[in-house]
Amino acid sequence: MEKIFVLTHVDESGTALAKASLEAVSAAVELAKSFSAELTIGLLGADVAQAAAQLAGAAPKVLAVTGQAFAQPRYATDAAACEALVKAAAPTIVLAPSTARFARVMAGVAHRAGGAIDTHITAVSPSLEATRWFYRQRIEAVVKRERRPWFLLLDAGTHAAYSATGAAPAVEAVAVAAPASRTTVAGTRSPQQGEQTIRPNAKLLFVAGAGWTKKQSDGQVHAADAEKLILGFLHAADASLGSSKSLVDQSGENQATLKFMTHLNQIGQTGATPRHAKGLSTCCHGEEPHVVGWRFVNERRAINLDANCGWARGKADVVYLADAFQVMAKVNELLEK
Amino acid sequence: MPNSFQIVVCSSLVPDPLQTLEPVAGPALKNEMMLPAVLDPWAACSLYEAAALAAAHPGSKVYLVAMAPKAKLQQVMMTVAQKVPFELVALDGPLGGFTDAQSTAAALAEAIAAIPALDRSKLLLFGGWESASRGAGVTLQTAGELLGITEQFQGVDQLTVRDDGQLEVLERVEGGRHQVSLCQGAPAVFGWATGNLAEPRNSPQMGMANMRGITPALMKAKPVKLDANGLSYVSAAVPKQTRETRLVRDMPAEEIAREIVAWMAE
Ligand SMILES: Cc1cc2nc3c(=O)[nH]c(=O)nc-3n(C[C@H](O)[C@H](O)[C@H](O)COP(=O)(O)OP(=O)(O)OC[C@H]3O[C@@H](n4cnc5c(N)ncnc54)[C@H](O)[C@@H]3O)c2cc1C
Repeated sequence: MEKIFVLTHVDESGTALAKASLEAVSAAVELAKSFSAELTIGLLGADVAQAAAQLAGAAPKVLAVTGQAFAQPRYATDAAACEALVKAAAPTIVLAPSTARFARVMAGVAHRAGGAIDTHITAVSPSLEATRWFYRQRIEAVVKRERRPWFLLLDAGTHAAYSATGAAPAVEAVAVAAPASRTTVAGTRSPQQGEQTIRPNAKLLFVAGAGWTKKQSDGQVHAADAEKLILGFLHAADASLGSSKSLVDQSGENQATLKFMTHLNQIGQTGATPRHAKGLSTCCHGEEPHVVGWRFVNERRAINLDANCGWARGKADVVYLADAFQVMAKVNELLEK
Repeated sequence: MPNSFQIVVCSSLVPDPLQTLEPVAGPALKNEMMLPAVLDPWAACSLYEAAALAAAHPGSKVYLVAMAPKAKLQQVMMTVAQKVPFELVALDGPLGGFTDAQSTAAALAEAIAAIPALDRSKLLLFGGWESASRGAGVTLQTAGELLGITEQFQGVDQLTVRDDGQLEVLERVEGGRHQVSLCQGAPAVFGWATGNLAEPRNSPQMGMANMRGITPALMKAKPVKLDANGLSYVSAAVPKQTRETRLVRDMPAEEIAREIVAWMAE
């Protein structure tokens, strides 16, 4: 008989659960139902009183590790807290969201619990088979594990977020002495000057490629125009900004660059694989190491001057053979109306 | 030496990302041994960061612990050796993403613990935060646990050594931001993302110097068999991904813009 445990944590606000945590909770509720298995929830944060209300109706038992030492994401303290929660729940299956906070520690926790772990899980079937991608989203596989406890780190955006029903659950405290740590967390910092261009919740991903900073038909580079057009579009469409590797690499090579672009914008093999309903690629060739990062972008359109670009070979739904400078200027005009 | 480090970089080899991959029974990759391979890209970033850190802190040393079939390691090392100075610790083990990460970590940790004269109080364990094969982000964390290191960082883009020896670490977190932490020196684990350094140019002189150590390290490479750790595969397949692309030629920019705006609003 499987015993299911889902680990969650409060978000930066300190009062709510991270959205990915709520997604893991709905995955766990579903799984527990299909097995008629016992479900327990674990909660981590400085103070979880408010956040716990979001778990109402999900499970009969909620365990929590709280205290100032556990306010910030840090390996030593998070690992100790999760280890204690898992020990208290004694589960066979542990689900957790693949947030930066939990991705940093969960393999360590699985090791301490004598369990096995698989990460970047996109689906778990009622027969306990887990789906994940290999080779940077090129090969999709379904795996099973005999070893218990089995930890499954779920990718964000793969399940609906849990919505609470009824009264806030009683929370049972699990005592943990904060372990000695030589690390202090100073906060977060945005590498970009000015505004934040990475918006994980945006409906549209806008990708800029190296073409934006290359010589155009008049023999000139128009980087300043490119910046204006791209930022104008991001504002008007509330889109998230992605980049090809070639474009972000230019910042290190004294070429014309777009000031707001950093490696964090990079999509692909050695970049991010974000989830968005739609994606618009501009001035990007659509080579395979880039396009693997589009695995979870459903509808795809591209603007490129080259009919032989990768997008035209079955990687996008629509390819407009056109000058992106001209098209995006018109798009911005329309959006501003 | 104040602020000198023993930096151990863990890396596997992966197929060149421009290759087409096809899974076969096992699962494994079709013609895996024939596919041109490269040092795992994020781990390669960590190797370049390690070399730069070692160069800036005299008395430091870089080790590269790499597991793959010996013949494959030999091929890839011909190029890697020309990039930065390091001492190779080779493990003659399986290639590929379908092996178990925890078993891999155990093999790596054992090899690291066996490095003669490694000063663990100065140990910085480096590698990619995820491989380009399994992409699990499990190996380094587990190796760190096995070596007793509980200062760990993942998705690292920057590591700065302050004059007082403290390490300032930038890790990638949600929403395109970095978490900033201060760690009071080694030992610590760093799973690197891209970092800030460009790939060094090939230096044949460096290659010659490195190869003097690499050849004997390859000869000594310990054979490793990995435990499946209870893992089995129900299926492994390349998804049907080709779309019916509609190519739009000769449409005025204004009309394209209208079509795009309408599509965005759908
Ligand atoms: C180990 C490894 C890892 C890699 N990882 C990644 C990765 O994570 N992400 C990634 O992106 N790449 C990655 N690459 C690189 C990848 O193979 C390509 O080189 C890169 O994606 C090309 O970027 P690009 O399409 O922007 O540039 P280019 O190939 O230079 O293409 C520019 C495009 O702009 C078009 N263009 C120019 N002007 C206009 C205009 N006015 N209007 C419309 N179109 C125009 C051109 O037709 C061309 O198609 C990796 C490569 C390796 C070897």
